[in-house]
Parts: sequence; C-alpha cells; structure tokens
Amino acid sequence: MDQVHDYENLVADIIAKGMQIYEVLYANVLIGKLPKSCFATKGFALSGRISNVKVILNGGQMYLRGHDGYFSFYYVPSGTHLIEVVAMGYFFSPVRVDVSARNPGKVHAALTENKRGLSELVLKPLRNEQYYEVEEPFSIKSLLKSPMGLMLGFMMVVAFFMPKLVENMDPEEMRRAHEEMRGQGAHSMSTLLPGGVRN
Amino acid sequence: MAIRSFFIPFLLFVLCFCSSLSPVLSLYEDQVGLMDWHQQYIGKVKQAVFSTQKTGRRRVIVSTEENVIASLDLRHGEIFWRHLLGSNDVINGIDIGLGKYVITLSSGGSILRSWNLPDGQMVWESFLQGPKHSKSLLLVPTNLKIEKDNVIVVFSNGRLHAVSCIDGEVLWKKDFEAESFEAQQVIQPSGSDLIYVVGFSASSQFKMYQINARNGELLKHESATFSSGFLREVSLVSSEMVVALDSTGSILLAISFQNGEISFQETPISNLVEDSSGPAVIIPLSVPGIFVIKTNSVTIFIKVIGKGKFEVVEKTNHETAVSNALPISEGQQAFALVQHAGSEIHLAVKLAHDWDDNLLKESIKMDQQRGIPHKVFINNYIRTDRSHGFRLLIVMEDHSLLLLQQGAVVWSREDGLASIIDVTASELPLERDGVSVAKVEHNLFEWLKGHMLKLKGTLMLASPKDVAAIQSMRIKSSEKSKMTRDHNGFRKLLIVLTRAGKLFALHTGDGRVVWSHLLHKSEACQSPIGLNLYQWQVPHHHALDENPSVLVISRCGPSSDAPGVLSFVDTYTGKELNSLSLIHAVVQVIPLPYTDSTEQRLHLLVDSDKHAHLYPKTSEALSIFKHEFSNIYWYSVEDHNGIIKGHALKCMCIGEVVDEFCFDTRDLWSVVFPSESEKIIATVPRKLNEVVHTQAKVIADQDVMYKYISRNILFVATVAPKCSGGIGSVTPEESWLVAYLIDTVTGRILHRVTHHGARGPVHAVFSENWVVYHYFNLRAHRYEMSVIEIYDQSRADNKDVWKLVFGKHNLTSPISLFSRPEVITKSQSYFFTHSVKAIAVTSTAKGITSEQLLIGTIGDQVLALDKRFLDPRRSVNPTQAEKEEGIIPLTDSLPIIPQSYITHALRVEGLRGIITVPAKLESTTLVFAHGVDLFFTQLAPSRTYDSLTEDFSYALLLITIVALVAAIIVTWRLSERKELQDKWR
Repeated sequence: MDQVHDYENLVADIIAKGMQIYEVLYANVLIGKLPKSCFATKGFALSGRISNVKVILNGGQMYLRGHDGYFSFYYVPSGTHLIEVVAMGYFFSPVRVDVSARNPGKVHAALTENKRGLSELVLKPLRNEQYYEVEEPFSIKSLLKSPMGLMLGFMMVVAFFMPKLVENMDPEEMRRAHEEMRGQGAHSMSTLLPGGVRN
Repeated sequence: MAIRSFFIPFLLFVLCFCSSLSPVLSLYEDQVGLMDWHQQYIGKVKQAVFSTQKTGRRRVIVSTEENVIASLDLRHGEIFWRHLLGSNDVINGIDIGLGKYVITLSSGGSILRSWNLPDGQMVWESFLQGPKHSKSLLLVPTNLKIEKDNVIVVFSNGRLHAVSCIDGEVLWKKDFEAESFEAQQVIQPSGSDLIYVVGFSASSQFKMYQINARNGELLKHESATFSSGFLREVSLVSSEMVVALDSTGSILLAISFQNGEISFQETPISNLVEDSSGPAVIIPLSVPGIFVIKTNSVTIFIKVIGKGKFEVVEKTNHETAVSNALPISEGQQAFALVQHAGSEIHLAVKLAHDWDDNLLKESIKMDQQRGIPHKVFINNYIRTDRSHGFRLLIVMEDHSLLLLQQGAVVWSREDGLASIIDVTASELPLERDGVSVAKVEHNLFEWLKGHMLKLKGTLMLASPKDVAAIQSMRIKSSEKSKMTRDHNGFRKLLIVLTRAGKLFALHTGDGRVVWSHLLHKSEACQSPIGLNLYQWQVPHHHALDENPSVLVISRCGPSSDAPGVLSFVDTYTGKELNSLSLIHAVVQVIPLPYTDSTEQRLHLLVDSDKHAHLYPKTSEALSIFKHEFSNIYWYSVEDHNGIIKGHALKCMCIGEVVDEFCFDTRDLWSVVFPSESEKIIATVPRKLNEVVHTQAKVIADQDVMYKYISRNILFVATVAPKCSGGIGSVTPEESWLVAYLIDTVTGRILHRVTHHGARGPVHAVFSENWVVYHYFNLRAHRYEMSVIEIYDQSRADNKDVWKLVFGKHNLTSPISLFSRPEVITKSQSYFFTHSVKAIAVTSTAKGITSEQLLIGTIGDQVLALDKRFLDPRRSVNPTQAEKEEGIIPLTDSLPIIPQSYITHALRVEGLRGIITVPAKLESTTLVFAHGVDLFFTQLAPSRTYDSLTEDFSYALLLITIVALVAAIIVTWRLSERKELQDKWR
C-alpha cells in the first residue's frame, strides 16, 4: 500500500500547489492494480509473466510495475473510459471506468463483459486461455476408431464371424442356397437381398 | 421441385461431414513452428547505451524509432527483453542508472520510468509536469549524490527536476519562468555540485543558469545577446563551452560560460574553409574539443584550440557518422568515426585530444544494399594484454543494426523489417534440372533412427530430449524451404517494402531473407521514399521464360506533389531491371485488369494535375488501352473535406509536348458529405484479385439467393466530427456512425445505415458481397461488429429448375452498373470484446472454401473467426432446416475461442497489417501478419479436405495393408484346405 500513499501524496501535492490543470481534468492519477495472486493459478514463475502485461486506456497503453502489479494513468479527463488488459494466457474483461465530473477523483468501474461493478480498481482475469489443443494420450480405442482400425475390425468380423454364421445354418437350407446359386448364376444377388423375389 | 429432392440428402451428408469435425481449427503444442514462423525485431535504433556491468552477460540497451526499448545480447544480438511503448508515448531519452536500472524519458518528457536491467520489469514510474512544452533532456550523472541517493536530472516541460534513482521520487524542481527560454544542454561538470542549464531565449539571447545540484537553488543567472541570432543546435565541446552557429549558418560562435561569465568568440566559416558554400549545420555531438559541421555534402571536423580558436582537422566528402565520446581512462576520451566509401566502410577510433593518432583503423567490406552508415555507438573492453579493444554498433541506412569488433561483423539484425509498408507475394521458379537448391542426403541409418524416434513419439515413450529432437527434425524438413515452386503452392516469396526504402524477399517456408535491394538512388533523387508495391509482371501463360517482377512506386521528397520514381525489380534475383524518374507526381495508382503479350500489367498513374499516365509506355499497351478506353473508371477520396469523386478518361493530354501516354480525366460524379455532421474515417474497397466461386447461395428452404457481386463497390464509414477525440470525450447522444455502400462507377449509394451512439475507429473488410466492420458502441460501452450482406433481387426469380433447363433465365444477361440494380441488404450486429488493430479475410485459389475473418486484436494476436458467426440470417431459434444449413443460433456477442488464435501463444508486437495469399491448394491460404514482429502461417478455414494432413500416419496405413494382405492369404489357405477336406469327405 505504500505506493498508493505515494500517489495520493503526489495528487495532493499537485492539487495543493494549485497548478494549472485543465477544467475537465479531474482524475489526475488513476491507480489500479492487478493482484499477483490472480496469476498464481498454475504455479508459473510470476515475475516473468507479469512483466509482459499491458494495460490500455482508450488505446494508449501503459506497463505494470513489475514487483507489485500497480499501474497508473495520468490526467484522465472526466467521462467514460475503457481499460483493456492484455496478458498472454489470460482473458480479461474490458473495464468501463466513469470518472466523475462533480466529485473530483471519484471513479466508478464495471466489467463490460458481465456488467459487474468493481468496488476498487483491482482487475482480475475472468479465465485462463489455453492456446493449444490438449494432446490426448495414445490409446487402443483411438487407434480402433481411425479408418484403418475400422477397416481391420470389419475384416476380422468377415473373416471369423461369417464362417460361424454359415456353419450355424441348416444344412438343408445350405444345399438349397447352393443349388439356387448354381441355377441362377448372375441373378443370385437378388435372392440374397432381403425381400428379394423367390421362385 | 427437383432441386429439393437432391439437396436434402446432400445437405445431410455435408452436415454429417461437418459435424464430425470439431468446430475450431487448432494446433497441438508440438505443431508450433511446423507451418508458421515468427520473427522479432525492434526497428531503427535511435539511441544505444552499453551496460558496463562487470558480471553477467553483456548487453546493450537501445531505443528505436518504432518506440521500442530493448535489451540486446552483445554477443549474438538476440533480444533479452523488449517493450513497445504506445504511439503517444514517444521515447525522448534512455540511460542506465546505478548500473542496474534502465531509465527512460518519454511522452514529451513527462513520464520517467525505470526498468530493471536484467529482466525488464518496470521498477518505478514518475510523472513530471511543467508549465509549458519544451525540449526534453535526460542526464544521469554517475557521481551526483544527495543523501546517498543517486540523482537523475531531467529537463522537461520548462522545468528542471532532480529525481531519485531508487524510487523515482522528485527531490527538487526548478521552474524556468522566462517565457521563451529553450534549454539546449544540461551540464553537470563531474566532481562538482553544480548544474548548468544553457539555452536560447527570444532567438538572439543566450542564457546560462547555474544551479546547486543539492537543492535546486539558483546560484547564478547570466544572459548575453548576440545581434544576429542563433541556429538552435549546439555542440558541447567542454564542460564550460558550447559551439553554436549564427542564424545565417555562416559564423561559428564559441560561447564560453566559465565562472558564470558569458563570452562570445566569432569565427566566420569562410576563414576556416576557403571553398565553403551554403549555410552550415552543426551535428549535435559531445566530444570534448571537437565538433562537426556540415555544409552541403562536405563534413568538416573542427578542433577547438585554446579559447575560441578553431582549427580544421579534416574535411571529407564521404558520408560520415560520428559517435559520442567514451571515457576510457583517466582524462582520456575516445570516439568513433565511420565513413562510407564505395563497397567498404572505414572505421577509426581516435582520442578526443589527439586527432592524428588512431587507436583503431580498419576497413570492412559492407554489403552495398545496406547503404550508408547513419549512426555509430562506441563501447570498449579491456583485452588480456590490458590494451583497449573497441566495439562499434552501427545503424545503417536500411535500418539494420551491426556490431563490429576486430575488423569483422560480429552480428547483424535486419531491423528494417520492423517497419513494413507494403507486401505482395511472388511465385518461386519452377523446378527444373539444376534449379533445385536444397539437397537432402540421408543414409539408411539416419532414416531408420528418425523413424524410430517418431514411433517412440506416437507411442508416448519419448523422453523430453527425444521430443525436442523430433520437433527440430520436423521443423527442419528441407521440403518447405526449397527455392522452387511446389505442387500445393505453399512455397512463395513475400516481397516486402520497408520504410527505409528497401525491398526484402522472404521465403514463406522459414522466413529467411532470400534477397534484399535498397532502392536505387539517382542524381535527381537522393532519398526516394517508398510508397507502394504492385505486381508488374506475373508470367503464367504466354511468357513463362520471363521472371516475374514487381513495381515499386516511390516519391522524391516528403510533399505529395514531389515527382515519383518507378522501379521494376525482378523477384527471382532481386535485381533492379529498370528505374524511371518521372516528371510528374504520383497521387494514385490504378492497376488495370489488362496485360500485354508479355504479361505486363497495365497501370494508370494519376498525377496531382489530374492527368492519367499509362505504363508501360509501349504501343502494344496503348492499343489495348485504347480498346478499353471507355470502360475505365476510378474514384478518389478526399477525406479532409469529405468528398468522394468518380473519374473517367476524357481525351489525350493537351499540352506543348505531345505525349500519347498521357490522358485528361473528367469527374463523373461526387458524393459530398456534410462537414458539420459527417467526417470520413474509413473507406474500404473490395480486394482486386479476389475470386468468387459462385453467385448463388442456397438457403435453408431450398431457396436460392443471388449475391450482388461487383468489383466496384466501396464501403465508406463516417462519424460525427466531434468523435475525433478519445473514447471518453463524447456522449452517446452526440455521436453517430454512418455506413455506406457506394457504387464507384455511377456514384449511386446502394445502402446507408446509421448507428446511433457509435463511434470510431472503424476497421472494415470487404469481400464477395459482404462487409464486416468494427466500431465502438458508446451506449453499451462495448465494441461491436456489424455485417452487411448485399443480394441481387433482379435474379431472385431464377429458382425454377424448368426455367433453367429451357434457358428462360436472365443469368447470362450482361450486367451493367448503369441500370439501376435491385438490391436488398441484410445486416446484423454483435458485441466483440476486444479493440481491433486490423481485419482481413482468408482468400483461397477458387473461392470455394468457406471464409474466416482474421482479426488482429489489441493484444497483438490474430484471431480466426468463422464467417458463419457473422451471418445476418442468424436467429435466436433457428429452424431445423436452418440448423442443417449450418446457421448458428444468435448470441449477443461473438465467441473468442483461445484455440482459434492463429498466432497461438505468440504476439505480433505492434501489429499493423494482415495479408492473405491463396495457395494453389484450394483449402489452404497463407497468412502474413506484420508489425514490429513478423508472423506467417498456413491456414485451412474448412480443414484440409483436399489433401492429407501433416500428421497423417502412413505407417498405420502400411500396417493395415500388410495385415489385410496377410489375412487374405491366410483365409485363402484355410478355405483351400477346407475345400480339400470337403472333397475327401
């Protein structure tokens, strides 16, 4: 919190000195924070990650302070603004920030994605982003599901189960089928089909 | 209807096929680098500071014109860390404080930051303000301390600040109230507690302030007037003397302010140099005892001897760069000189007080395409024999960065590629005997080893080391980086034009630079500024023996009516075939859809007097052109006064000189937007080379809609003029955005829609019959994307199959834009989470493959979004038929699926543009995104339905076939035996 006090002192200093600040400028310093804890989700080294986070106010960007995650914008005019946070691997909702014209320094913030208000300007990622497909471990099941596996499976069925089926048939019927086949030759297909014409 | 009975099973089949595929196209982690490459750059170096740390890896900190601060490895030139600051946060100065912090001053001197040197994390940030705008100066003295705290001295915004190096706290500040005081130098003589601020006031007054560095107390204030005024630049020659020029640039002034007394010493330049011509300028430097002036093309080195006495030590006609002084030992300072002479550059390192003696003198062969040296930075190291060795960091004309040491180039970086302004693609040579470059030599053992590794990989038995080996094997596959054309059209050359005026050819396989070419400089044009690239000659039918070539349009000077220069460059070799210095300016270039017998494309160049010039200037081109004379239309946008005009050709130019390639033009129509309510912020035409497969679109209830496809539609977006400020500056009530579709032949407005409460910036993409645009909705306070699709109603009744059969349709009737088109439009809007930097659309060879939008987000990533998400026919509850067609239920916002970022876990820092090039294989498109970084990948928007993918398992196919054959043999044997047994029975 030391830094916040520093900034508050700075703001107080600026106001106390009565410097020429444009009429519309109210929030001299907009301080926000990205808590470090929100990056600790996966046990990555924090320092490396947090240094590449950008905070963007209406398109103009700022960097975070590495060791504590504070960011600040100077001379923010009253009105409604949009803060976006860019961090690889995390999804942040843009934040709508209303800087009050009546009460100097009063700021109201809300997430635009889910319209949730923020009591303080502490931005947390909504979710992690995984840029790669998760590699599925090697399994027999996936091998069988592939076209090759299906082909092999079908062949197995034909090779081992069809003879069984033929064996289980009534010998009488077998003989009749054989005769039919011999007798009809080319037309044998139609008799094999269900509902085919029988003579 | 007959069509109906056919379509239902077909649609069902397609649906089954589609649903069997996962909806997103995504990448496994081990596929990174197989089809994509990513290159990181920093831009042209403005300032460099060497880290003099004794321990740790040696680095150099640089700030660049692309607004990057980076830490580079001094040994290899790699980037340790890098930060790209915003475009409104321009870096003014950098330095190193306490040996472990990088101090940067930016935003016109109002933001001072400190970064941790090893890892680039920001340590603190201070906001410095002051009464007025002024030059910003950063000084980090090494030995100035206030209560054990090292101090940074900053002059900015008319105020002098002393800032603590540890936490960025402002220790004291001092205003310079004098109205027009412009500080030129802040000097802190080493070993003293004094700070001198010197500068000019009211153009003829020189002022000096002496300040106590401990508390900012003003000790002395002197001023002196010199009647004929000063030029603004000064050169610091000692801690108590600066050299300046008078306002005419012909008299040198030595201004000394010893002990607070200001005294002038005038020396006319003509006294020093006999044949001096023209006004001189001082090159700002800080080398003790020496300064440099430049008159015309002559660089003159002048030594200061005694009090205000000058002596010319060297004059040279060569292009020269000089470094600042570097203290090497007690009282000795060295500086470096780099001179360009033909194909070599001469380096010299001299001691500041001893001009004639060189500490180092070398000549290095330099690639002619790098141009002249622009900047040099010097650093020293102690050799084992305790003598001094020097490293020189050189910035060349093409923005490349080189480190020279011991007479050789240690490393070089092509940082010109950080500022690409135009891109086009070119084919590679056909594979013929002797053309192939890549050689693949594999012995059986290595081949077997490779396959064993791959097998291990598939069976998940590979150790991390093996995985790395597999990965590098896959990436290095020599197939993709061959220098010949491939069957699928994946291998191409990307021809890019950089801001430095250099052309590079990048190979799409691995991103290496195949050739580079610095634009030709002629007598008439010393510094051509590259503007655009066009495909000049693309031989594919008649002129296969010709090499393809590109046309580079450049301009001879910064103003828009400066004469143009045309260069024709062979894309196979990078040789300049021809260069034309034009007498007219080039305001607009119109590539015409006609080519001559050698496949050279006809181009029409419009100059600032509205004359159109035809190129190439051949009689054949002229005859083709005359034939199509009345069919050529174009438009121009004057966005400052809100007018869009349509033009056509009128007649031959009327002038004293007969030029049959010059034509007068006439205005056909104009659209004037009311300046008080509308301001043009975006105009997007259709891509010229886009292929559309079919005009018909079959919709759910077996109805057919006809797309309105015309090359001559322009999308225009205008906003309320008040919206030009930041997002917070305007209320929703006084803000609106109007989108137009304008026919550019007749000027007819085909469609107009107003979005109330919306504002720019608008990014749009136009393809086939639709346009997608991105803007900000102030009411919802979110970004939005809208789609407009435009359909031709005049063909809508061609649905009856019998009509088609008997030819009673109007599909073959010619389309004229002069007949009033019956069009209907459909549109829909969706929320989109991110700001957008660029939008593009995938393009394929035949236009059959469904399209994807490529959205460059604020996070410098590129998101691929299916066009189906931006379909105006989406509804909350689509009917069964619509679902079968593939219509997605309507949601209020567009989904962002992390796996569909085509840049996966990479960033294209400072993204500016996305270019798509169709491959020969219909399913695939090549995507190139450029900014400060470059990124290239292949994309298959509907998966590679027309070829086997990279991860197709040939081994499994082989095993299956072998198993099938074995099974056939076994069963055949079995059946034979059984038959034999049967017969015996």
